[in-house]
Amino acid sequence: MPARSTELPLQEIGRSRPRGRTRALLAGHGRYLDDLDLPRQVHGAFLRSPVPAARIDRLDVTAARTAPGVVAVFTWDDLRAVCRPWRTVSAAFPGLQSPEQTPLAAGRVTAVGEPIALVVAASRALAEDAIELIDFAWTEQPAVGVASEALAPGAPLVHPELGSNLAWQFDAAAGDVDAAFAAAALVVEERFVFGRHTGVPLETRGILAAFDRSEARLTVWASHQMPHQLQLHLADLLDLPMSRVEVTAMDVGGGFGIKMHVYPDEIAICAAARLLARPVKFVADRLESLTSDVHAREHVIDAKLAVDGDGRLLAIDAKGLQGIGSHSVFPRSSTVETLMAMRTLGAPYALAAARAHADVVFQNKAMTGQYRSVGHPIACAVTEALVERAAALRGEDSLALRRRNYLEPGDDGCRTALGLELFDFSHAACLERLEAMLDVAGLRAQIAAARQRGEIQGLGFAAFVEMTASGSEIYGKAGVPVSAADTVQVAIEPDGSIKASASLSEIGQGITEGLIQVLADAVGVAPERIALEMGRTASGPHGGGAWASRGAAIGGEAAWQAGRALRGQVLEAAGALLQMPADTLDLVAGWVVDASGERRIEVAELARMVHFRGHEFPAGTAPQFQVAHHHRRAGDPTIPTNGIQAAWVSICRDTGLVRCLKHWVVHDCGRMLNPLLVTEQVRGGVVQGLGAALFEHCRYDAQANFLDGSLADYLVPMATEMPDIEVGHVETAYRGSVLGAKGAGEAGTCAASAAVLNAVNDALRAAGGTSIATLPLTPPLVLAALEGGSSG
Amino acid sequence: MSDQGFEATAAIACTVNGEPVRATVPVRQSLVDWLRHGLGLTGSHVGCEHGVCGACTVVVDGRTMRGCLLLAAQADGAVIETIEGATASGRVEALQEAFHARAALQCGFCTPGMVLTAAELLADEPSPDRPRIREALSGNYCRCTGYHAIVDAVADAAAHAVRER
Repeated sequence: MPARSTELPLQEIGRSRPRGRTRALLAGHGRYLDDLDLPRQVHGAFLRSPVPAARIDRLDVTAARTAPGVVAVFTWDDLRAVCRPWRTVSAAFPGLQSPEQTPLAAGRVTAVGEPIALVVAASRALAEDAIELIDFAWTEQPAVGVASEALAPGAPLVHPELGSNLAWQFDAAAGDVDAAFAAAALVVEERFVFGRHTGVPLETRGILAAFDRSEARLTVWASHQMPHQLQLHLADLLDLPMSRVEVTAMDVGGGFGIKMHVYPDEIAICAAARLLARPVKFVADRLESLTSDVHAREHVIDAKLAVDGDGRLLAIDAKGLQGIGSHSVFPRSSTVETLMAMRTLGAPYALAAARAHADVVFQNKAMTGQYRSVGHPIACAVTEALVERAAALRGEDSLALRRRNYLEPGDDGCRTALGLELFDFSHAACLERLEAMLDVAGLRAQIAAARQRGEIQGLGFAAFVEMTASGSEIYGKAGVPVSAADTVQVAIEPDGSIKASASLSEIGQGITEGLIQVLADAVGVAPERIALEMGRTASGPHGGGAWASRGAAIGGEAAWQAGRALRGQVLEAAGALLQMPADTLDLVAGWVVDASGERRIEVAELARMVHFRGHEFPAGTAPQFQVAHHHRRAGDPTIPTNGIQAAWVSICRDTGLVRCLKHWVVHDCGRMLNPLLVTEQVRGGVVQGLGAALFEHCRYDAQANFLDGSLADYLVPMATEMPDIEVGHVETAYRGSVLGAKGAGEAGTCAASAAVLNAVNDALRAAGGTSIATLPLTPPLVLAALEGGSSG
Repeated sequence: MSDQGFEATAAIACTVNGEPVRATVPVRQSLVDWLRHGLGLTGSHVGCEHGVCGACTVVVDGRTMRGCLLLAAQADGAVIETIEGATASGRVEALQEAFHARAALQCGFCTPGMVLTAAELLADEPSPDRPRIREALSGNYCRCTGYHAIVDAVADAAAHAVRER
């Protein structure tokens, strides 16, 4: 840690402190979107496309309009009077093609689940009844399901007006890749296939919108990760000033990236509320959620790695293909996933040369979008599988190979071959910590003994780099109105309590508690005296919300600066009153103390004076006791983090089921505001990665019909299937901020599936099977790999 | 806007969290929807409506049940307890305290169901080991925590209860 850490007056920052809000959640007193009902509220339900691609021939809603309990039925022709279409445009993706998108289908459908008509009725059940009365006729058209067929000559076009299914292409190269491969002593290569999966927040997406004609005011409650962004787009799409649009996110039942986009159905509900001038609620059912939430990670990557005779990695070369579904998600674009999957290839290692190309294609499937650890798990699985295979072929320990090749940025920082800026890193320290945690030699001996008994066991590792806390250089520079800054407002109440609000979002990750800890230390009051509100555009400052693991790194810094400024105001006021220089005073546990540490005046007393007896201050002294601090990081477009994971698995010879026996993570997210919460973020992230590795799959047939009907089909990890997860930390402070915090929310997901893939292949290798490079690692795949080896 | 006038209904009488309740419910309404929107007991949640995720778990006549797989009309004559009732009676306090201290919840959406299921486990088996806890909780999905902290919390609450005995 830099010397700075000892200079900070740390009492609360760095403490493992349980979250205050969890007591209410445990008592069943949480307030989630569907817990709110308004007077005169009605309910929306959607007619959704049953087919992947079709022209709509007839959409007659007359009978539905007179069904019992129905208030209104809307098609796009009805909504267009108050709502405009949108299109994803981003200068970060030159040449990006993406068609216009509408809240309800405009004459044709391009994916199963696309909303076509909206019925609003007295209850959800009545609205669903009325959907059955809509006279809907269509002509099905050929669909693109398999991404690799999207660019074939004669392939059906998802959007004929675009003339191609190609949405965007990524290209990057550095160094002489061909020479590196020509000179290599060893080349390992593989085709990696990643199944689509999705976030499955347990609370589905939901929105409740009310419109007051007398004030032309739209008031919205949404289960959303970034109410400020939603406010901005609602104002734009519905042609209202932001001052007449309020969005509130109450308790949010999980996000993981799913609840950060503009969804057609949510916009349709707001447009309907505006037309009806009464509250309209929509909560997605699980089938709607599975078909219309953003999906992620449908990639095919052909990759190869060049290694010299001394076991030094020379170059990586990859060709990728991503199927993004029917549209590039608004406003951030689905292509971010390919960007990160390609740019973080080989990121942990010093490579002299690298080349990556990727095609991003449209399909007649659900839109894809940003899901936890965007793109990184793809790159991590590809890189780390190649690294472990190279080590196996060289007959050496893969950890030794990693240690030899780690890119250690040192004090000056450095760039990866594909252009990521790295600094404040600790690969070697993380590896050392991991080896101490799991006793690699002892575990390998244990595994060898198990194999002697006929069991199929394996151990796999995955080093990772996770880019976090994006700055304004990412979206702002691209012309996309996404806030990468955050603001924290603080004020002192008459009893000395601190009333704070922040532009961040609490979605269960615990950033509320972290910011309270920062404010407590920054101001010098107990955390119990701080109330922090987030998620309300009406009272909170505009800012980023919850994305890219930004809370501690960006929000934490804003809280620190706001708190320090407020503390300064208190000390100035006390100094004026006590006739002492402010810089001889300090604020400790709610008291202003002098240089000897003696308590001179309580903050509460000063606050009462400010609010009620301001005349008692010396003339010319007018303490404000409130501060807003807007933090935008200068430089460093993202803050890199690093770590390593290990997975220990066994495979059932009869069923092919993979069982995770234990999982380890060592992670460096800089200074931890609250190690308890950081550790649980890592654990939760790991299990999402394990789900991706073993179970989770948004399955479509070749014609793009969706095959997962419920959570009995889409397999979310259960408690009994998951291992204990041991988490270790290395803290290398980010030097570009006072607190030194980096992002912590996504690293668990980043490398978990890679570690399991490597563990399974380690087990298969020892059992004489073939290796697998397809996720999820379903039992049929595993059985085939076992048999593939034994049959020749 | 009320949907009652448009629905076939049934009259039921039952006990909810110790209080007698008489109500007229749509015959097709699920128990959890009625508890949430009819009685305002929003601590039980709806995650999948297929009986898979367990977020809607409530206690009916002494056993945990899926509130989404029962109809409100089936509750006639039943004794029902939701997380609100279990909290008020104090019978899940040790579990709640352990979940809080151990950070065994993040978004909290699964948590009421998880706590009721864990309480049933500990009532049946006071000292379950970790694999048994994992098995018993497998009908309750959590998407945030990865389960490790939940297993810790249930084990902590079990140890606490054994000490108190």
